[in-house]
Amino acid sequence: MLKKILTKIGVYLLVLLGLSILVFIIARVIPGDPARQALGPRVSEETVQNLRREMNLDKPLVTQYLYWLKGAVYLDLGNSLQTRRPVITDIRQYLPATLEIVLLSALFMIIGGILLGIVSTKYTGKWLDGVIRVLSYLGIVSPSFLWAVLFMLLFGYLFPVLPTTGRISQSMAAPSRIITGMYTIDYLLQGNIAGYLDAIRHIILPAVALMLGGMAQAARLTRGNMVENYLKDYIQAEQAYGVTENRLLFKYLLKPSLIPTITVMAMDIAAIFGNAFLVENIFNYPGLSRYGLSAMLNKDINAISGVVMILGLVFIVLNILSDLIVAWLDPRVRLMGGSEE
Amino acid sequence: MNGSGKTPKRDYLDEVRKLWYKFSLNKMSVVGLGIVALVLIVSVFQPLVAPYPTHIGAVVDFKNANRGPCADYWLGTDTVGRDIMSRIFYAYRGAFTMGLGVLAATVPLGSVLGMMAGYWKGRWFSTFIMRMTDIFLALPPMILALCVCSILRPTLFNSLLAMCVAWWPWYTRLAFGMTTSLRNEMYVKSAELLGASKPHILFREILPNCTGSILTKATLDMGWVILTGATLSFVGLGEQPPLPALGTMVSDGAKYLPAQWWLSIFPALAIMIIVLGFNLMGDGVKDMLSGEE
Amino acid sequence: MRTPTDRPPVVDIRDLHVEFKTYAGKVRVLNGVNFTVYAGEKVAIVGETGCGKTTTVKSILRILAKNSRVPRGEILFRGRNVLGMKGDELKKLRGAGASMIFQDPTMSLNPVFTIGEQMFEAIRNSGREGCGKRDTQQELAVLALKQTSMPDPERILISYPFQLSGGMRQRVCIAMSLATPREMVIADEPTTNLDVTIQDQVLKILKDRVESKHSSLILITHSLGVARETTDRVYVMYAGNMIETAPTEEIFRRQAHPYTQALMRCIPRLTGGGVAEGIPGRIPNYLKPPAGCRFAPRCPQAEKRCHEEKPEFADLGNEHFVACFSYEQEEKKG
Repeated sequence: MLKKILTKIGVYLLVLLGLSILVFIIARVIPGDPARQALGPRVSEETVQNLRREMNLDKPLVTQYLYWLKGAVYLDLGNSLQTRRPVITDIRQYLPATLEIVLLSALFMIIGGILLGIVSTKYTGKWLDGVIRVLSYLGIVSPSFLWAVLFMLLFGYLFPVLPTTGRISQSMAAPSRIITGMYTIDYLLQGNIAGYLDAIRHIILPAVALMLGGMAQAARLTRGNMVENYLKDYIQAEQAYGVTENRLLFKYLLKPSLIPTITVMAMDIAAIFGNAFLVENIFNYPGLSRYGLSAMLNKDINAISGVVMILGLVFIVLNILSDLIVAWLDPRVRLMGGSEE
Repeated sequence: MNGSGKTPKRDYLDEVRKLWYKFSLNKMSVVGLGIVALVLIVSVFQPLVAPYPTHIGAVVDFKNANRGPCADYWLGTDTVGRDIMSRIFYAYRGAFTMGLGVLAATVPLGSVLGMMAGYWKGRWFSTFIMRMTDIFLALPPMILALCVCSILRPTLFNSLLAMCVAWWPWYTRLAFGMTTSLRNEMYVKSAELLGASKPHILFREILPNCTGSILTKATLDMGWVILTGATLSFVGLGEQPPLPALGTMVSDGAKYLPAQWWLSIFPALAIMIIVLGFNLMGDGVKDMLSGEE
Repeated sequence: MRTPTDRPPVVDIRDLHVEFKTYAGKVRVLNGVNFTVYAGEKVAIVGETGCGKTTTVKSILRILAKNSRVPRGEILFRGRNVLGMKGDELKKLRGAGASMIFQDPTMSLNPVFTIGEQMFEAIRNSGREGCGKRDTQQELAVLALKQTSMPDPERILISYPFQLSGGMRQRVCIAMSLATPREMVIADEPTTNLDVTIQDQVLKILKDRVESKHSSLILITHSLGVARETTDRVYVMYAGNMIETAPTEEIFRRQAHPYTQALMRCIPRLTGGGVAEGIPGRIPNYLKPPAGCRFAPRCPQAEKRCHEEKPEFADLGNEHFVACFSYEQEEKKG
């Protein structure tokens, strides 16, 4: 088991290294001169040359990559051309804001998806099941930016009960001390309940817009697996032993049905990160994704590489987590290292 | 199905009929097919069916600007007086081009790579291919496409290219998984023993058994490619103004919410409808090609 | 209809109809089943695959699929109407009244819970005194496993199903069904999916356990040999109907229904020599079943009436009943 975990981590490190090469190549084939682009057309050629030297843009590609990699190991991702600050400083500032949204979104997605799946299974063939299935289809086929636009319309103009821009209200002071960088948690740690409520009200809409598609997908998958497993002998046997319907649904049917959906949900959370690129922009929310998007649109190569590497890291963490959860839930994986079926 | 005693000649018409029967068992798949067909028709014949076919370009008609849905303009007009419906019809062309283009490039490439990697699993190039797929799969396709797209000049073709970069590894993984299990099947082993050539084994023995899953995925992916394409055009990467793109129409229109809601809501619905169509159709294709009777 | 017995019936099924709603239409699987099991009696149901044996017994526990419906008929368990049971009463029936052992032991235990968790749940649901306590559950589970000659019961309890062989899993199922006293055990072809070498052993354990607990047994099987060794009475089922029933000895002496006769000829005999015959024709289409006797299309003796009317049980004496018009005259009145 230990050997297996180590091999897997090795593969993930390789993936990360490969990703860095890929991103490096993509970032360096940008037509035009990033240094010139950063400084604008009015600056003298000499200044541009200096910046080029500073950024090692005058060296061969392989050397450039090695410089970049060496820096990356020490968390030095170079300077952003837009903000003029080290990319890692930007990431430290913006990542927690995005994490805050994504975590809340993932929480909604997992709980909502599983619950809807269970309810749909319980009422298979009844009207409630039908409604949930139609709504899931709707959720699956609408991109999150549509929900974001719709929420802007609904809450920004028609029913202004929730704020639609920024992290906190203008009248609210930022947390007095930044601990995790996630405002909700920082406010809570400092006992500032008003701040906490304000921060959470600001992230609800983006979080919901981001998770609707994933939730619909999770609901559909959970329902599919549960309905399929419902016909299995062991569920009928448990029914025959007098297990009540709810206990059956939430315990004996849910556990085996959930295992195959874990991996899919992990990928859905990764997709939430991706979709945050647009949704943060629409809600004018100062997170990593909005930063990444503006880096991409402005060809800010160091920032692009930094953001993409963070996303790669997130992907790997999610994969490891989902592997662990599957092993925890499935004794066949835990004890044998494979599924029987 | 043939009368006994006759030489078993493949009755293509009958096979098509059987496939259609299985597809049409689920009424929703037929609805999906209907949606896709309808959208395809209005986009291909946009100049004929659109009420204002010329409104796709730099046309200005301020007299009729910002009109809500009415008898003349069913879905309203935009800020310079162009008919939204005609523009949506044209934008669907871009969506279809995107979907078909990306799949035409990635499905064969990805599947062949995956089949080769699966059949020769353990060799160095198989490992190489699969590690490459892992790397590409480590980013959500949207981000990878966004990344590639952002460094190229924003055109429909470049978005298409960027999407291809993001999409091929999914087919490689699918074909890899299927081939590794199929290569130990009896009929593959016996073909090997009979001295069949490698291309024969790959394309005549293994490929036909993968086509069902690949086609099913491709149908569903048409929807996802169009959706991702719309997302790219939402941030301005894709077909450039004055030509319409679905995502661009939504993002431009969103600035005029809530007063001129039709500017963004109708293009948004247009995206949902076509993605829904391909999704419903994909379920039908799955029923049709899965071996069950 | 039956000759009265001194023992009360445990299960009494009268004119049971069950249908399933599918895409293809209404599938009428059970077509007026009559079936009775008395206390302490061991009964076999024999018949071809797909004739409705499993549907009949599952309806006793009300564990039929959600698309099923019972348009007519009643099921009495200890005189109480099973189809009308709700909540607690149903839970009591399943927890303490009857239990079921399934055909495929690899499928009938939940793969992601330990044997212990599953056995404790079953014991807890019996609702008997003390069965809510973990110690009692453990004690009863260990005892039950020992009685089915399982080695090292404590270790079995913390194992997962995939760590046990098929034979062991089926013994676990037997142990689970009789860990607490029950009035009835239903076993649906419990040995079909086991190695031939251990089929006898498992069957013997099942019989011992049922007898020592004084439970009734319903054994579904398509092997007349197994029925003969294990049970007191045989019901023959065809296409959703009970067509003949008699004490085991009696039915091996004399088969009344043409289908039973054909079924008996299908058993390959070591002593008699010759190869088993098949029965010509196939089980009817349940979507459009024959109007009269469902065996009529395959029956060599079928007359016009057989295609139009459904025959009722005729009493042949010796507790032998048959649903066939050929025996109407023979029936003993009274």
